Amino acid sequence: MDYILSIVVLACINMIAVLGLSIFTGFTGLFSFGHAAFVAVGAYTSAILTYYYSVSFPIALIAGAAAAGLVSLVIGIPTLRAKLRSDYFAIAILGFGEALRVLLENFEITNGARGLPGIDSFTTLPIVLVCLAGGVLIARNFLRSRWGAACIAIREDPIAAEMAGVRLFQTRLLSLVVSAVYCGLSGGLLAHFLSFIQPVMFTLLQSTQLLAAVIAGGMGSISGPLIASFVFIALPEALRVAQMWRLVAYGLLLVLIMVYRPQGLMGYSELSSLFRKKTGEQGGQQR
Amino acid sequence: MTTAQGPLFSVKGLTKNFGGIRAVDSFSFDVGEGSITGIIGPNGAGKTTVFNLVTGIYRPTAGTMLFRGEEIGGNRPDSIVRKGIARTFQNIRLFNRRSCLENVLTPLLQREKCSFIGAMLGTPGARRIEKELYGKALDLLSDLGLGKYASYQANTLPYGLQRKLEIARALATDPTLLLLDEPAAGMNPEETRSLANMIAEVRKKFHVTILLIEHHMDLVMNICSPIVVMNFGTLLAKGTPDEVRENPEVVAAYLGKGKRDNERAAG
Ligand SMILES: Nc1ncnc2c1ncn2[C@@H]1O[C@H](COP(=O)(O)OP(=O)(O)O)[C@@H](O)[C@H]1O
Ligand SMILES: [Mg+2]
Repeated sequence: MDYILSIVVLACINMIAVLGLSIFTGFTGLFSFGHAAFVAVGAYTSAILTYYYSVSFPIALIAGAAAAGLVSLVIGIPTLRAKLRSDYFAIAILGFGEALRVLLENFEITNGARGLPGIDSFTTLPIVLVCLAGGVLIARNFLRSRWGAACIAIREDPIAAEMAGVRLFQTRLLSLVVSAVYCGLSGGLLAHFLSFIQPVMFTLLQSTQLLAAVIAGGMGSISGPLIASFVFIALPEALRVAQMWRLVAYGLLLVLIMVYRPQGLMGYSELSSLFRKKTGEQGGQQR
Repeated sequence: MTTAQGPLFSVKGLTKNFGGIRAVDSFSFDVGEGSITGIIGPNGAGKTTVFNLVTGIYRPTAGTMLFRGEEIGGNRPDSIVRKGIARTFQNIRLFNRRSCLENVLTPLLQREKCSFIGAMLGTPGARRIEKELYGKALDLLSDLGLGKYASYQANTLPYGLQRKLEIARALATDPTLLLLDEPAAGMNPEETRSLANMIAEVRKKFHVTILLIEHHMDLVMNICSPIVVMNFGTLLAKGTPDEVRENPEVVAAYLGKGKRDNERAAG
C-alpha cells in the first residue's frame, strides 16, 4: 500500500512539472530540453531553506518555485529575444541544464555530487493533490486569459500574433517563467518527499521525459500530458518486477503513441471536450 | 493628435532591399482619411512588401512612413497595431487550430487591461471582462456574416470565409487604417462582388480607412479611389479608376500584360 501510495505521489509531483512544460511547449509552441533544471532549482532552494535555515515548508515551496522563475529569466531574456528563431532557446537551455548540474555538484551548500540527505519529508499525498489541483485550475485560467491567448496565438502563427497586438518577446518570456514556476514547485515537493536529492536526478534524461510526456500526451492539451505523465511514471514502477523490460516498455509505448496518434493522446483537445463532441457539437468552444 | 489637414497615412521614398533585389524602390503615396485606396501592380511588383514594411514585419532600407503625423518606421508590429494599423495576409494566416471566436477574441483580449493575479485566480472581475469580450467577439463575427461559425475551428472554413475571418480579427484590434492584401484571392466573381459590398460596409460601420491590394480589376475599379499602380517596386501611376485605366503606361505594364496572360490561358 505504501508502495502504491509513493508511486501516486511521485506521479502527481511529475504531473505538476509536466503541466508547466505543457504551457511552454504545448501551448506556446517552444521546445525545451532543459526544464529539469528548473525542477532542480526548486528542489535545492526549498531543501536548503528547510534543512539549513528551518524555514517552514510552505514558504520554502514558494521560495523554490520563485527561484525557478527567476532563474528562467536569466536564460530566457537573452535567448527568447531572437524574433522568429525559437530554436536558440532550445539549444541554450540544453547547455544551461548541464551547466547547472555541474554547479550543483561543486557547491558546498548542495553537498556536491553526493547529494543532500536528511531533508524533512513534509510532502504528503493531500498536499500534492492540492498543489496539482490548484496548478490545473491556475493553468486553465491562464490559458483563458489574454496572456494564454497570446501564447496560443504565437504557437499558431507568430506573425499573425504580433498583428493581433501580441508582444512576442514578453509573452514567450512569461510563458517560460510560468512553466519554470510549476517545475520549481514540483522540485520542492519532490525534495521533501524523497528526503534526498542529488544533481544526477536532474539531467537531460529527466528533461526529455518531461518533454516526451507533453508530446505523447498531446500539444495544446492539459489533460493529455497529465495522463501521459501518470502513465510514464506509474507504468515503469508497476513493471518493476520485470526490471530490464521497463525501459523497453516505456520506449515501445512512446513509439506506439507516435505511430497511431501522431498528435498525441489528446492533441489540441481535452478529456472534457470528448464528452461534449458526442452530443454533436462542433469544436470545443461553448458559448 | 490627428492632423487636421494632410493625409492619414503618408509614405515617402520607401525602399527595401533583399540582398541584391530592390523589392521597393523610392515608393511614395498617401492615404486620405476615410478613403478606400487601391494598390495594383503585376505579381512581384512589391505590393506585399510595402504592407510588410508598413506593419513593421520588415525594416525599411530607407524612407519615412507617417501615420497621423507620427513616424512609425522601425516600430515593432505589435506597437504599430496599437497605434491603429491592422492588416490581413495574402497567404491567410489564421490561428488555425482555434475557433473563429477565439481568433477574434485574441486581439480583443490584448487590448484589455486586467490584473494578472486576478485572471489567474479567476476572480469575478476577470470573469466579467471575459464574458463582455465574448459578446463583443460574437458581435464582430455576426457583423461579417460569420456568426454561425463561431465555434468552428478556423482552418475548417472555406477560403472565402477564412478571408472574412481575417478581416474580423483585424477589426478586433480597433484599427484606424485597415490593410487588405488580396482579399478576393481565390474567390469567384459572385463572392468577389459580395466581398466588395462587405468592404464598403465595413468602412462605414467601423469608420476605418482602407488600403487594399488586389488583382481582381473589377473589385479595384468599383470600390477603390484613388488607385496607386506599382511596377518593379516603383510608383507607375496614381489617380481615379478612370485615369488609371486610360494611362498607357499602366495598360502596357499591367492591364496589357494581364490581357496577354488571359489570352494565353484561354487559348
Ligand atoms: N523576404 C523576402 N526575401 C527576399 N525577397 C523577397 C522577400 N519578400 C519579397 N521578396 C521579393 O520582393 C519582390 C516583391 O515581392 P512582393 O512584395 O511579394 O510582390 P507582390 O505582392 O507585388 O506580388 C519579389 O521579387 C519577391 O521575390
Ligand atoms: Mg503580394
